[in-house]
Amino acid sequence: MSTTVKEVQIGDVGAQAASHSESAHMSLNVGPSHPTTHGVLRLLMELDGDLITRCEPVLGYLHRGDEKIAENMTYNQFVPYTDRLDYLAPLANNVAYAITVENLAGLKLPERCEAIRVLVCEMARISSHLLGMGVFGMDAGAWTPFMYTFTEREKLYTLFEELTGARFTTSYTRIGGVARDLPDGWLPKVEKFVNELPKAIDEVEKLLTRNRIFLDRTEGIGTISKEDAIAYGLTGPNLRASGVDLDLRKDKPYSGYEKYEFDVPIGSKGDCYDRYLVRIEEVRQSILIVKQVIASMPGGLWYAEDAKKIFAPPKEKIMTSMEELIQNFMIVTEGPQIPPGETYFEAENPKGALGFYLVSKGGGVPYRLKIRAPSFCNLSILEKLVPGHMLSDITVILGSLDFVMGECDR
Amino acid sequence: MSRQFATCRISPNPLGSLDSMIDDDFVKSLLDGRDYLSFKHHEDCLTINCLPESLVDFTKHLRDEETFDLLVDLTAVDHGDGAEKRFSVVLHFYSLVHKSYLRIHVLCPDNEAPCIPSVSSVFPAANWHERETFDMFGISFSDHPNLKRILMWDDYPYFPLRKEFPLAGIEVPLPAADVAEVTGADVDPAPMMGGPFVASGNSRMSEAEPRAKDESWTEKSEKPL
Repeated sequence: MSTTVKEVQIGDVGAQAASHSESAHMSLNVGPSHPTTHGVLRLLMELDGDLITRCEPVLGYLHRGDEKIAENMTYNQFVPYTDRLDYLAPLANNVAYAITVENLAGLKLPERCEAIRVLVCEMARISSHLLGMGVFGMDAGAWTPFMYTFTEREKLYTLFEELTGARFTTSYTRIGGVARDLPDGWLPKVEKFVNELPKAIDEVEKLLTRNRIFLDRTEGIGTISKEDAIAYGLTGPNLRASGVDLDLRKDKPYSGYEKYEFDVPIGSKGDCYDRYLVRIEEVRQSILIVKQVIASMPGGLWYAEDAKKIFAPPKEKIMTSMEELIQNFMIVTEGPQIPPGETYFEAENPKGALGFYLVSKGGGVPYRLKIRAPSFCNLSILEKLVPGHMLSDITVILGSLDFVMGECDR
Repeated sequence: MSRQFATCRISPNPLGSLDSMIDDDFVKSLLDGRDYLSFKHHEDCLTINCLPESLVDFTKHLRDEETFDLLVDLTAVDHGDGAEKRFSVVLHFYSLVHKSYLRIHVLCPDNEAPCIPSVSSVFPAANWHERETFDMFGISFSDHPNLKRILMWDDYPYFPLRKEFPLAGIEVPLPAADVAEVTGADVDPAPMMGGPFVASGNSRMSEAEPRAKDESWTEKSEKPL
């Protein structure tokens, strides 16, 4: 039996464009699968020697249609999908989504629930920034800091597992509360962790902050001016590094953030080094918040008690009482009943402001859910930011922007 | 020397989360003399209807005079096939001074070929948001510098977030024609296994269950793979 072999040319836009180009410029394609791109981002670039003259990001390689999926399931069923947005801080996404729906329902949550949410949000921020700093060091050529940050992140994941049952895809919140109360003896473990964490951060700082090579590679590179940062809709540490004083935890406090004292680090230059400094300081501030939450953890319920048609009652009541059984059945089958209306809520997530625009026509299914992904907005500045830099700066600029494609492409 | 932070804020914002400056007087002064605007509601944030032809001028005014200089989001809502005006574009602005959001609704005049002016000349942030809205809803933005698909591939023929588009997707050719020629592969709809398992609105759960949708899948005979 004879076999025929046919060569397949996978379309390479970069190479094709290069062969058609009449100028001396070279077209270069980076990604979609490339260690620099932290996922599946693709950059089409035009180079003049080593200098980048044009950069066009190509997105969508991780597009799963989360917004379409949301229109086809009940509010609680969508919580696991929020894990997969910014998958480095799933707990913070869970909280942002739950608060959006609760805002539309007009729910007031008990203090304990709010405190638990603040606690997990800040732990998620620490976890996300630890990874962000570690891989940023790696992008700039320093392997070792990554080992320190990953060791600490591993400990956090063990804590997440004890709390939610999952290390990565936590799905911890429900509309009107959280999935379960804090386990016994968990808070002291968190406290032990945050007490030990500053030592590891110091180690990372010793390796990076005044490292000559690191400074040379990051200082003055990828400078984003205040005006540009606002015009391109940057949020989070990237915006603050450019000197814009916007932190939604302070400016529009949600979930009881106004009760805790912390500082908001603001950069002065807006270069890659500033973005690194801001993240380091944010981790230290998050540690302070976690300590305050633990010290003042209120008692009481971890779900809204008056949310009869929204939050499923506790298991032991479902098993013993007819009314609660019916209530649970209705919530599971038809979804939490949310009144009609529209709302927009943004939470200060590790990557920036994660926004949900929710349109409800009543019932248990959203009519439209738009996810405003901070990584999407933060990447939109690349077209303006990258030209004028050397090719070797690409890794550093991308690393300093700290984006996640799962959230960008949705 | 390691660099110092320019500023560090210690106390919470004195204004708190209240939209203290976005009151009735503000709304009145904003709407006064602009008959292309109309007040919609002020529930979670101030929401205003705007006619498409004045959108660019009005957003410029918002940015320069009213300090709403951060365009945080731009998207669209499909009101369904039966609606008189089917698509509305929704813009969200944030003001660093007022510490408050502002929402603008723009109804697209044409249901068949919806088109509104692009605000990307005023807010560069709108560039990608408008591309995404075009990609998902098929709403075009006139004067947009680079209006092409952003999440789906360039030749994709449908607009996935329109209400009539099925959740599973529609079969289309593979984007890489040379690979498709050899492998014969195309882009198939997602296997839904009888889902989505949701009883929305007035429908009954028994009708939404996978069993009810696919009669070949019962306790006695398993669903064929």
